[in-house]
Amino acid sequence: MPEDWETGGFGLYIHWPFCQAKCPYCDFNSHVSPQVDHARWQRAYLAELDRVGAETQGRVLSTVYFGGGTPSLMAPETVNAILERVRRLWPVSNSLEVTLEANPGSVEAGRFAGYHAAGVNRISMGIQALNNHDLQRLGRIHSVEEARAAFDIARGVFDRVSFDLIYARQNQSLADWQSELREALSMAVDHLSLYQLTIEEGTAFGDRYARGGLRGLPDDDLSADMYQVTQEVCAQAGFEGYEVSNYSRPGEESRHNLIYWRYGDYAGIGPGAHGRLTLGGQRHATESWRNPARWLDAVDAGNGESLRDPVSCADQAVECLLMGLRLVEGVDAERVKRLSGQNLSTESVAHLQDLGLLDPGFARIRTTPKGRMLLNSVIAELLGD
Amino acid sequence: MTELSRIRNFSIVAHIDHGKSTLADRLIQLTGTVAERDMKEQLLDAMDIERERGITIKANTVRIDYPARDGHTYVLNLIDTPGHVDFSYEVSRSMRAVEGSLLVVDATQGVEAQTLANVYQAIDADHEIVPVLNKIDLPAADVDRVAEQIEDVIGIDASDAVQISAKTGMGIPEVLEAIVTRLPPPHGGTRDAPLKAMLVDSKYDSYLGVVVIVRVIDGVLKKGQRIRMMRTGGTYDVDRVGVYRPAMTSVDELGPGEIGFLTASIKQVRDTRVGDTTTTEKKGCEAPLPGFKPSIPVVFCGLFPVDSSQFEDLRDAIEKLALNDASFSYEMETSAALGFGFRCGFLGLLHLEVIRDRIEREYDIELITTAPSVVYHVFMKDGSFRELHNPADMPDLTHVEHIEEPRIKATIMVPDEFLGDVLKLCQDRRGIQLDMTYAGSRAMVVYDLPLNEVVFDFYDRLKSVTKGYASFDYQIIGYRQDNLVKMQVLVNDEPVDALSTMVHRDRAEQRGRAMCEKLKDLIPRHMFKIPIQAAIGGKVIARETLSALRKDVTAKCYGGDATRKRKLLDKQKAGKKKMRQFGKVEIPQEAFISALKMDG
Repeated sequence: MPEDWETGGFGLYIHWPFCQAKCPYCDFNSHVSPQVDHARWQRAYLAELDRVGAETQGRVLSTVYFGGGTPSLMAPETVNAILERVRRLWPVSNSLEVTLEANPGSVEAGRFAGYHAAGVNRISMGIQALNNHDLQRLGRIHSVEEARAAFDIARGVFDRVSFDLIYARQNQSLADWQSELREALSMAVDHLSLYQLTIEEGTAFGDRYARGGLRGLPDDDLSADMYQVTQEVCAQAGFEGYEVSNYSRPGEESRHNLIYWRYGDYAGIGPGAHGRLTLGGQRHATESWRNPARWLDAVDAGNGESLRDPVSCADQAVECLLMGLRLVEGVDAERVKRLSGQNLSTESVAHLQDLGLLDPGFARIRTTPKGRMLLNSVIAELLGD
Repeated sequence: MTELSRIRNFSIVAHIDHGKSTLADRLIQLTGTVAERDMKEQLLDAMDIERERGITIKANTVRIDYPARDGHTYVLNLIDTPGHVDFSYEVSRSMRAVEGSLLVVDATQGVEAQTLANVYQAIDADHEIVPVLNKIDLPAADVDRVAEQIEDVIGIDASDAVQISAKTGMGIPEVLEAIVTRLPPPHGGTRDAPLKAMLVDSKYDSYLGVVVIVRVIDGVLKKGQRIRMMRTGGTYDVDRVGVYRPAMTSVDELGPGEIGFLTASIKQVRDTRVGDTTTTEKKGCEAPLPGFKPSIPVVFCGLFPVDSSQFEDLRDAIEKLALNDASFSYEMETSAALGFGFRCGFLGLLHLEVIRDRIEREYDIELITTAPSVVYHVFMKDGSFRELHNPADMPDLTHVEHIEEPRIKATIMVPDEFLGDVLKLCQDRRGIQLDMTYAGSRAMVVYDLPLNEVVFDFYDRLKSVTKGYASFDYQIIGYRQDNLVKMQVLVNDEPVDALSTMVHRDRAEQRGRAMCEKLKDLIPRHMFKIPIQAAIGGKVIARETLSALRKDVTAKCYGGDATRKRKLLDKQKAGKKKMRQFGKVEIPQEAFISALKMDG
């Protein structure tokens, strides 16, 4: 019998923790450092790859994802060395997807050819907004013009190009967003990540918001309207919203992210990277040291991980649902039952179906468009004690 | 044993903050009763809650030896009485145990409503009253005006009022001298007669058992006697007899006119009722002292643990508190909305708050308190009668002949600039004006009000419309029939028992609308729309609809950090613990009280 992770597949995440500047909304593990010893970092990544490769020998690797931070600050040689090592350690699928997150600046664009030569075949650009005023407010260091130029270069270099936009910004009207989104869709892009601005604790925006700043954020009703409009406008342009915040032309979904959402196995390498690895029949949660210097030292000492915990069956079922229900395709109810050893509450499922938040039927648990907008409440109901 | 002529027993009557505790502290200090190093603020208030709120819940007594200017040393017994209307019976018994009172009035403020109630108790007990004007060192003090007010409002001569500053100690020797020269010694009292002592108050001490404060009328109380409580019938061997200085100090005996304590291995405060008569088991006195009445709870509410697994802890806490408080009653209650809890009866709102605070603090149990309700008298068509302590238990109206509710006589003193607002408030609460008089720039209004309009947030409202300048006191004057109905609240078409209230029929629509609007704000939006209705019988009289939540989804997926998502879910679940599940609807705990508050 196949192991549970095989439903989702196996991927590799590599975290590059440095940025040129910290964005005020971002709560990812990113650091601004004037001096980075690229050779040392390369050695460290390769050492970690060897360690994890030995544990997962023989698995077919489907995806590699360079995230951050700003991985487009990595030297193309580093990316090349990593991908060479990857191909040596694992058999890779014929359609290996290698994504790199990039800042849409002119300097980065100069490195695109090098990344492509190293084996990167998909680029995900953090464009975030298509007007300069909002880009400034979001603390971005690039301009719309630079972003468009970088996009054009990327389009010429890579097979697949995606970019991110943040909406539900301060003082953004429904009409503003609608026209900005249409503009984005008119660019020759094949995948979009469209996130509503989320104010996270521990960020500059979080502090400002707590002090009563950041006025003009949309109320619940406007942000609901914006979300709905996003679905409609994307659908008209042939983009399916396959996940809560992700839209693509058919077949252009992020395969790496699908591994997370389908609750496959993924190795996480680099400062603060998370992983899920099934070893010896037991799924583990892994985390690496968050602080870059601490991580480097730990790797030198033989292991960059700060935590490796078995995930209980019950928690696996919870995680499988939390991740899987973000997808339009939903989750196989049988799989959840196999993991947790018990059925989801029929009463809860029926209640959510009556409310029009889950699709009918019990074989697959799948949200309706209305249900996806209420996913946190839906999951709370499904997993309520 | 002190000669009667050398004893003075007295109490201090004062409004909160007018300086009663400070004056008591000064009397104790000046006479050297407590060593300087043991002095602390509010010596006589033992409970944290008493100190914090500046109120007295239990009577305390202190014995002071005072060498007077006439060359004799006098024994002064001060009884510090509870000052609040909730404890008016206890106050009346304390007043009967002494012969005089100091009436302390803040010379910057004047007479307040609470002062009136207590001073009338003193007058009822035939006290000699010595007016004392406090805070005369403050620039705002207006001695002449306040003295005049005492004469006008209370009707006692204030021309030779003692002027003091309890804070600075000024005038304290004159107070001591006035106690000796102007208050009478105890009347009568025969040492050879059978023991007759009044039970003034009692409290539980974990080492000594119940400590009983007594005033000896006739005879002698001493260690080793077998005594009998004439009303409750219990008999006990006296272990110890003593006086407070204010530390407990043993004495050989207490004779006529003396005040002190006894311990007799009594296990429950319940067995020592305030106002009872203590005598010897053999050759006791013939008749108990008049005026005893068992205390009856007038305000009821439900207490439920927030965490339902703490129900047994709550039971334990309530049982322990009840051992020490005979006036507090309880019975188990089950609410569909709130689970298992207790329906508790109290002497009044302050009593309720004190008990609730003590459970939360001393026993560390977080509570949901349902809206307080009064005791209704329900007369059935079949001629039977029942007392209704909980609106949820209201019988079917078709079987009800009529309902009577308790009414109070409320006295409110207020600066005249706020008078209009106070009258409106009383009018809104179905009040009938009985009297209105002026003393200077202050008005005294007397209203006949339904107690149920007062138990909830009347005092809060009064404070807010008068910016805290009004004072308020009340006494229950009896029951009267009115057009009362039970109003139910339905959330998502299901009645929520804990939100049922008794209302006057004419006010039902208004109250119902206000409650529905409040609940609409208090209940968070759900995945579906929720009708909120108020109904009488089967008839809906008010309705609001809480629209459905439209969007509740985390935009970012945080990459592969599934742990973070799981933590967010746990946080969401923890938030829900602050709610009560009702059908498919979660109602926040605070809604059960807030929904019933009336604004304006």
